[in-house]
Parts: sequence; C-alpha cells; structure tokens
Amino acid sequence: MKEALLKVENLRAGIDGKEILRGLNLTVHPGEVHAIMGPNGSGKSTFGGVLAGDPRFSVESGSATFHGTDLFGLSPEDRSHEGLFLSFQYPVEIPGVTMVNFMRAAVNAKRKYFGQEPMGAADFLKMMRQKRAIVELDNKLASRSVNEGFSGGEKKRNEIFQMAVLEPRLAILDETDSGLDIDALRIVAAGVNALKTNDNATIVITHYQRLLDYIKPDFVHILYKGQIVHSGGPELALELEEKGYDWIKQQHQS
Amino acid sequence: MNNEQHNPQTAGTRPAACPAAGNDSAVIAQATTGDYKYGFSSDIDTEIIPPGLSEDVVRLISEKKKEPQWLLDFRLEAFRYWKTLTPPTWAHLDIPTIDFQAISYYAAPVKKEGPRSLDEVDPKILDTFNRLGIPIEEQKALSGMAVDAVMDSVSVRTTHRERLAEMGIIFCSFSEAVRDYPDLVRKYLGKVVGYRDNFYAALNSAVFSDGSFVYIPKGVRCPMELSTYFRINSAGTGQFERTLIVADDDSYVSYLEGCTAPMRDENQLHAAIVEIIVEDRAEVKYSTVQNWYAGDREGRGGVYNLVTKRGLCRGTNSKLSWTQVETGSAITWKYPSCVLSGEGAVGEFYSVAVTRNRQQADTGTKMIHLASGTRSTIVSKGISTGHSQNSYRGLVRVAPKADNCRNYTQCDSLLLSDTCGAHTFPEIQVANPSAVVEHEATTSKISEQQLFYCNQRGIPTEKAVALIVNGYAREVMNKLPMEFAVEAQKLLEITLQDSVG
Repeated sequence: MKEALLKVENLRAGIDGKEILRGLNLTVHPGEVHAIMGPNGSGKSTFGGVLAGDPRFSVESGSATFHGTDLFGLSPEDRSHEGLFLSFQYPVEIPGVTMVNFMRAAVNAKRKYFGQEPMGAADFLKMMRQKRAIVELDNKLASRSVNEGFSGGEKKRNEIFQMAVLEPRLAILDETDSGLDIDALRIVAAGVNALKTNDNATIVITHYQRLLDYIKPDFVHILYKGQIVHSGGPELALELEEKGYDWIKQQHQS
Repeated sequence: MNNEQHNPQTAGTRPAACPAAGNDSAVIAQATTGDYKYGFSSDIDTEIIPPGLSEDVVRLISEKKKEPQWLLDFRLEAFRYWKTLTPPTWAHLDIPTIDFQAISYYAAPVKKEGPRSLDEVDPKILDTFNRLGIPIEEQKALSGMAVDAVMDSVSVRTTHRERLAEMGIIFCSFSEAVRDYPDLVRKYLGKVVGYRDNFYAALNSAVFSDGSFVYIPKGVRCPMELSTYFRINSAGTGQFERTLIVADDDSYVSYLEGCTAPMRDENQLHAAIVEIIVEDRAEVKYSTVQNWYAGDREGRGGVYNLVTKRGLCRGTNSKLSWTQVETGSAITWKYPSCVLSGEGAVGEFYSVAVTRNRQQADTGTKMIHLASGTRSTIVSKGISTGHSQNSYRGLVRVAPKADNCRNYTQCDSLLLSDTCGAHTFPEIQVANPSAVVEHEATTSKISEQQLFYCNQRGIPTEKAVALIVNGYAREVMNKLPMEFAVEAQKLLEITLQDSVG
C-alpha cells in the first residue's frame, strides 16, 4: 500500500461559530478517485473549503496530513504550491485581470516556491495553448478577464484548465457538475480523466450520481451532518440514485 | 525600476529628514516609507533667496532671470492681484494654513548660465538624475526621448535640442524661450490660464521660475516623446514651474512629465501651471506620472501639489488627451481640463489616483464644450487605502450654441481599507438639447473571495492585490506611452504593498 496522500482525522470545523463538520475522517491514496456525496447542508463544500484554507471557515479540532505535512499549518497559497487544487463551485470573477496574467502569476509563484526561475513568455504561452485544448477553450481565453462574462459551462471548464496548468497532486472538484449541460459535463469529465495519473488523486464532491457516470470513482462516501456515515464502492452511488438520501437520514435520525 | 533603496543622505548644510525611525514594526516602516526610492536629496551648491514674498522678491526673480520688462509687468500684475485673494476652500481637502512668507521663491543650482554641453553640468546634478533613472546624457539619444530636467527652480539640461530644431520643433526651458523666442512666449503666455484664474495660478504667475516650452510647427509630427522631469531638491523652497505647449496646425506631440522630491518632515509647495494650445487638426498627448513625496505614515511631510493644467483646443478637429497616474503628494489639487472651442475638437482625460496613509487627493477634470460636434471622454479610477481621502471632481459643460456634443464619463472607486474615503463630485451643465452626456460610476472593494481564489491558485495576497489593482487601472495605463506604462505599473505595485486593511 502506498503512503496516504491525504489523511483527515476527526476534523471539526465551522463558520461563524456554527459547527458544520463534526468529526470527519477520510484517507486518500495516490491514484484514487473518491466521491463525496450527501444531501444539501451536509458539509460537502465546507470540507473542500476547509482543506483549501477558505478564510470563511475555521478549524476547531482534528488534523489533516497532506503527504506528510500538516495541511492546516500552511497558508492557502502554500497548500496550492504543495499540490492541492480546489475547483470552485462558484468560480470568482476578477474584472480587469486577464487569464494569461492570472495564470502566469500562479505558475511563477509556484516556481518561486520551489526555487525555480520564472517561466519564459514563449514557453508559458505554449503551455497555455496545450492545456486549454484539454477542455476545448478557445484562444480568446488568454485575453479575457478571469471568469468575467463566462457562461456557467465556461467557468467550470476554466477551472479544469487551471487544474491542468497547475498539475495538482490532489484535486477537489466541488459540485463541478452543477449548472452544466450534458456537453459541457462531458468535456469537463474528459478533462479530469485525461489528467489522472497513478500519482495524483481526485475528490469529487457532488450531489448527483450523474457526474460519476463520466468520472468513475474508486470509493464513494456519504457525508451527513458533518460526518462520513457510509463508505463503499461505485455501487453505493447507484444505490443513492435509486433510493435517494432518505434512508440515510432515517438511519441517522436518532 | 527595482526595489533597491536609497537611504536619505545628509545634504551638507541642509540636512534631509530621515523617515521616522525607531518604529517597532520594521515591516510597516518598510512598506510606508522605505519604498519611496526617490527620497534622497543631493548635496549641490544652491543659490536660495531668503524666504518671503513681496514686490521686491518678484523683481529679484525677474532680474536674476534677466527678463524683459513686459514679463516683469506680467509678474507684478499677477502679484498685486494675488494679494487680494485667499486660498480656495471648496475642495474636499484639509489643507493646513500655508505661510507664504516662510517659503523661498527661488532656488537654483549655482551655475549662472545655462550649460552649453553636458560637461558643464554639475556632475552631482547629473548623478541625481541618473539615480532617478532619467536619461539626460546625450549618448542616450537612442532611448528615443528628449528630456528637460528641472531641478528646484531652473531647467538643468534639455537634450536632443539640435535634432528637434532641424524639424523646427522648439523644446527648451521656459527661461530660454523667454530669451530666444520672446514673441512666441508673449503671444501665448497666460492665454489659457490667466493669472486671474485662481489663487495658485496668480501665485505661480508672479513667481514662476522655470519650466518647459514646446512649439511644434505646422504639419510636424514630433518623432520622439518629449519629457520634463521635475525635481524639488532644496529644503524650504517652493517649486513654481510653468509649461507652455503650442501645437500648430496638423502637428502631433506626446509629452510626459515625471516628478519626485526628497523625503522631508516639512511640507513643500508645488504650484505649477500647464498651458496647452492645440490648433487645427493638431493632437497633443500629455502624460503625467506624479510621484512627489507623499509624507510618512502619520501624514508628516510631503508635497502640496496645487496645480492648474488646462488646454485650449481651439483648432477645428483638434485633440488633447490628458493621462495621469497620481501616486504621490500629501495633498493633490489638480483638474487637467480641456476647453473645446474648435469645431469637432476632442478632449480626453484618463486618470488613476492612488491615495494611502494620510494622503488627500481632490482631482478630476473640466470638459468645456464651446463648439459644435465636440466630444469628450473621462475615465477616472480612484484607489484609496489607509486613512486617505480620494475625491473625483469633474465638470462637463455644454454651451448653448454648441450642437451635437458628446461626453462619456466613467468614474470608478476602489477601496482597499475600511478607514479611507472615496468621493465623487460630478457636475454637469448642459445648455443645448442636442447634447448626449453620460455618467457612470462604480464603487468596489477587493472581496475576500477574490483574494482566496488567487491564494488557492498559489498567488500570495500581496501579488493578488497588485494584479487586481493593475487590472482595475489597465484601461488608463494602456493610454500611457509603452515605457512609462511599465514604470507606472511597477509604481502602483510598490505603492500598494501591504495596503489591504
């Protein structure tokens, strides 16, 4: 068995003093795809945000170890440099900042973190071209402002494009399927699958089984009231699709 | 530009003030004072007349400059009028009472005559301008820019004059223009900004020391950027320069001014006038990167920048474009304006004004549409942080007889702290029903989610702020000549380090 890429133990975290994650445990190994499913309000997006260091959330107790490093001891940008990527459920618009400038700043910040020289302009543009092909974004992307005026589908494709550029060890896809039509969903899923290797891992946060037709999970976890209450293989997602979340709610009512 | 710092030097008998020392937080000190890399002063023999202002002082200045009688008369009239005035108080500025008798109105590097060649310029002056990154050496001809360097009250050196002269272009110090082209100067001086215009214009008209003069003859496209670099060096002096630009029919010129001053505890007064005349089908682009010393974190010291800038587009289809990037000065009071009196004339104003710490800026423009078919565009971007106050003040006026005029104004404010103020005072006076006048305004902050999004992609907060601010200001920055756009962008980044509160 390979060493764990991410090990989350007894994680308690919340927002404005309200506890949302109530003792969450999860271990992810390289090469694995994990799906986290659950009803609305179960803490799925909070989990992604807490791992990435979203300042809205505060960690109360518990730990997260990311390939041997205490994740919560790192700034959000250092978590990124160490290989953690969060695909946002609602990608943020940054008017006036072009995608090319944004990504160049991101790439060069990471290179600086590892003591490397900034990437030359020609190499960078070449890489941009290659990576945007993965999610079928056109060449106007470079000069457009970050997420500004993007359609819902373009925003999600743009997230996967950034993931392709940054080559994370662990990608967390937060409701990447929400608001996508079937064509965009296929493109996004194909992009994620193309980036999969034996050394990286993906956590797919989703409400519906639909995305998992395209991104095949190795493990499916059901998050309810801030805890993972059920884990299984891909068949668990199909069961959920069939039966809904009510049986989970009933089991954990008391 | 790089991050190298120049420590303030002690300048002979006139010690330069050190930035507040002994602050616990070296980081804050670094961010708020250390980054003003022009804060050094130079030890140059300087002739300074005693502080105070009277008719005798005005006569003395005129005499030192060996001026003709008509110019002395102009100064004296202005002075007598100035004495009847009090400083304006309508701006959204808290200007401490200025003791106009405590200022010296003339300071000049000792060299009496204008230098004939580079060898005659005091090496310390050359060194000063070299440290500022200003290419005044002739061998830098290939840098593609002609420079007039003004130290304290006088022009130190104008480059490329011979090459420009071959095309009939006059680019020289104001004093030389008075001596060599008195008819031209007399014809245009005070025609756009009269000494009765306002308090500071009257003061400048009485005591102005030097500045730049530009004349572009009919049909000539000036082949290089013309640039004046203003430097206040001496303590206790005011700087009162005058710039006069005349673009004759079918000509074109792009002109840039830059400004810096040493860091001093006291406040320094800068009251300049810029007059521009644009004839038929001529075009003038006037760009400013204003980086006077802004005072320290507590608001001690810094330059009071009280400036009157106006262009008269009296030619048919003439065009004047003002672009300014304002990051310096403790107090800024300036409204570069366009009087559009030629049919089809075009006026533009593009501004980025940054205020932080205790800085105050009240800046904007006036677009006066006097002729038919005139058009104007105003794009103002304010960026405020710390305890600063940043105001946009603008006037768009369309005269009764001016048909089919058009104005578009966009006025944006970006707030980076909870303690700063951003204000807009737009005034629109339309007396002709065919006019179309638009005004758009926005106020925004950098959101926590925007910063987190950048952080998640590996971009540290400081760099993220710089990216977002540069993105916000891009529309204006793009109007600057290429080499200055890069400089101005770096200036913005340095100015705003650690400034998100």
